[in-house]
Amino acid sequence: MKLLIKGGRVIDPASGKDKKGNVYIEDGKIKSHPADTKKIEGEPGVEVIDAKGEIVAPGLVDIHVHLREPGFEYKETIKTGCESAAAGGFTSIVCMPNTNPVNDNASVTEYIMLKARTEGIVNVFPIGAITKGEKGETLAQIGEMYEAGCVGISDDGMPVMNSKVMRHAMEYVKAFGIPVLTHAEDKNLSGHGVMNEGDNSTLLGLGGIPSASEDVMVSRDITLAELTGTHLHICHVSTAGAVRLIRAAKKRGVRITAEAAPHHFTLTDRAVAEYDTNAKMNPPLRREADRAALVEGLKDGTIDAIATDHAPHSEDEKKVEFDLAPFGIVGLETSLPLSLKLVEDGILTLQEMIEKMTSIPSGILNLGRGTLEAGAPGDVVIFDAEAPVKIDRTKFRSKSKNTPFDGWDLKGRVLYTIVGGKVVYSG
Amino acid sequence: MAFERKHILGLEELTAGEITLVLDTAESMREVSDRDVKKVPALRGVTVCNLFFEPSTRTRSSFEIAEKRLSADVLNFTTIHSSVVKGETLLDTARNLEAMGASMIVIRHPMSGAPWLLAKELNSSIINAGDGWHEHPSQGLLDLFTVRRLKGRIEGLKIAIVGDILHSRVARSDIWGFTKLGAEVRVVGPPTLVPKYIEEINAKPHYNLEDAIEGADVVIMLRIQRERQDSEFFPSLREYSRFYGLTRDKLKVAAKDVTVMHPGPINRGVELSSDIADGAEAVILEQVSNGIAVRMAMFYLVASARRTS
Repeated sequence: MKLLIKGGRVIDPASGKDKKGNVYIEDGKIKSHPADTKKIEGEPGVEVIDAKGEIVAPGLVDIHVHLREPGFEYKETIKTGCESAAAGGFTSIVCMPNTNPVNDNASVTEYIMLKARTEGIVNVFPIGAITKGEKGETLAQIGEMYEAGCVGISDDGMPVMNSKVMRHAMEYVKAFGIPVLTHAEDKNLSGHGVMNEGDNSTLLGLGGIPSASEDVMVSRDITLAELTGTHLHICHVSTAGAVRLIRAAKKRGVRITAEAAPHHFTLTDRAVAEYDTNAKMNPPLRREADRAALVEGLKDGTIDAIATDHAPHSEDEKKVEFDLAPFGIVGLETSLPLSLKLVEDGILTLQEMIEKMTSIPSGILNLGRGTLEAGAPGDVVIFDAEAPVKIDRTKFRSKSKNTPFDGWDLKGRVLYTIVGGKVVYSG
Repeated sequence: MAFERKHILGLEELTAGEITLVLDTAESMREVSDRDVKKVPALRGVTVCNLFFEPSTRTRSSFEIAEKRLSADVLNFTTIHSSVVKGETLLDTARNLEAMGASMIVIRHPMSGAPWLLAKELNSSIINAGDGWHEHPSQGLLDLFTVRRLKGRIEGLKIAIVGDILHSRVARSDIWGFTKLGAEVRVVGPPTLVPKYIEEINAKPHYNLEDAIEGADVVIMLRIQRERQDSEFFPSLREYSRFYGLTRDKLKVAAKDVTVMHPGPINRGVELSSDIADGAEAVILEQVSNGIAVRMAMFYLVASARRTS
């Protein structure tokens, strides 16, 4: 299979490239960036995409996705999650282990890998649990999950409260060279909180999750990363305090990386007005000062990557009392336009934004993706950064439609998503 | 001015003018309650459902009497009789009641925002009878009504609210109502029960009872939930009572003509000593009587808004 992408603005942050050119994919891999395409076009069986005026970048990489399968197929399946990813320009996604059963042993990992191979149209990389059943007590089958394809471990959503267990997990993964991903939250401090603790939670009468519950845990996990020397990745950073702690830790050389989600750098807890359950996620939307700190962290590199925390939930689950609604929103199909807003607002350059959605997240988990260099997998996204889009949740490919961005006017249309040289989405 | 709201969900949304209109209307409704035949036809042919997900004999009875004095057909629906135990969602329950012809739903629910969910999804008018820690607008309005009758005004008064502010929907409705009409509101309680951000919604926090009630024209005592003791909030009811219970001695620093209020039911000897509860300053039973007039006014105004829209 041969695919030639002609005449686009090729941006490949990993190699520092940003110029008009061509990308040629053969046998699923990037073959070359030919200056002259006549010869290739003359060959038989070459599919040609005219990308004139469009951006050609490595396929986007999202290292924080909930695919819900096995166990919660009514919210999302590996198939629909992959379709949603493709529609959002993502060619590689990393799925969290809080399925049912939990991905805490190799047989669940193998099931996910098999489903992804047979039904998924993008690359799927699983994260294994840190502890059995995500209960925070005893270590999951980390080595076997690694062999089966897990690229990191995390008890996402259920932080390991016992510091000794967390320490042992961080030591144990050193044998396999994979990072530990932390959903940093002190569950005791969060209590029954359902939104950010602040003036808005006070007047809505909703239980608050103080930003301190994130800061306390980020602080603990940084301390353990220093103790063990293990690569720690901090998921969905939402507070100014966490940004400060990560910045300081990086400065003294601790092996940590961090991600932020588009909803956290776009919205504040004002979005919870009128008890909108599509503004309920964990970590919660914070105050403007936190949002501003995240933006600053993205700009100065404290926050390495953009990741969505795509968390599908059914309509029925969200149409209930705010306290009863599950945490989380879908993100795969809104991430690119929301991130492009950072470019429009002059916070990131287009190259920096692409880097935070491709080579950097790929590097954090050693996925070997996120670049257009010759020899790399033929994963490409072609998008129009200027094209206006109106977010319409009814058009989502995801099985779930829980988004606070419905009806938003943004910019950035995905034209083609290409995985291994094959077009899996065209918009 | 005309009242144009289809729902009454909280005092946060109401303007000072709307609140005053409810209070003025309640004056005429009180007159109805003083008649021999305590009935007017304002809600004749209207089915009102009292949908209660928390036990509350007092508030439910007050709403029911108000509904009956306005000639409404009343349907009481409480969790004990409901299919909620079978796992039916709140929306499904309410939609069923609407299908039975209810056009006004009074809802009491343990979770903040539940009335909002109904207001967004149903055609009925929703009256919030207390949601979680959020608001209890009819209580806030009857507190305002009681104070206005006694003092002749709200503006410029010093109001102290004492107790568990964090978990109190009465406190929130009172704060909105009294500040909108120009009173100064102070809140006081153990620091664990006074939310850090209360100042941003115009109430001045205190941790010392005497400081808070000094010069106060009105002291509103909140009921302390017994399950909060022995938790991380405060050590014991005894200690709570010692620091935040209102006694005659402590009340000396308040204004000479201070009024003491309580939304009930009271814990005698805990938040309020009996000599105050039964004393001349206390208007607790008057609040209860006024509650009916205020609730009648709420129904009356919402019903006329429905008719004109």
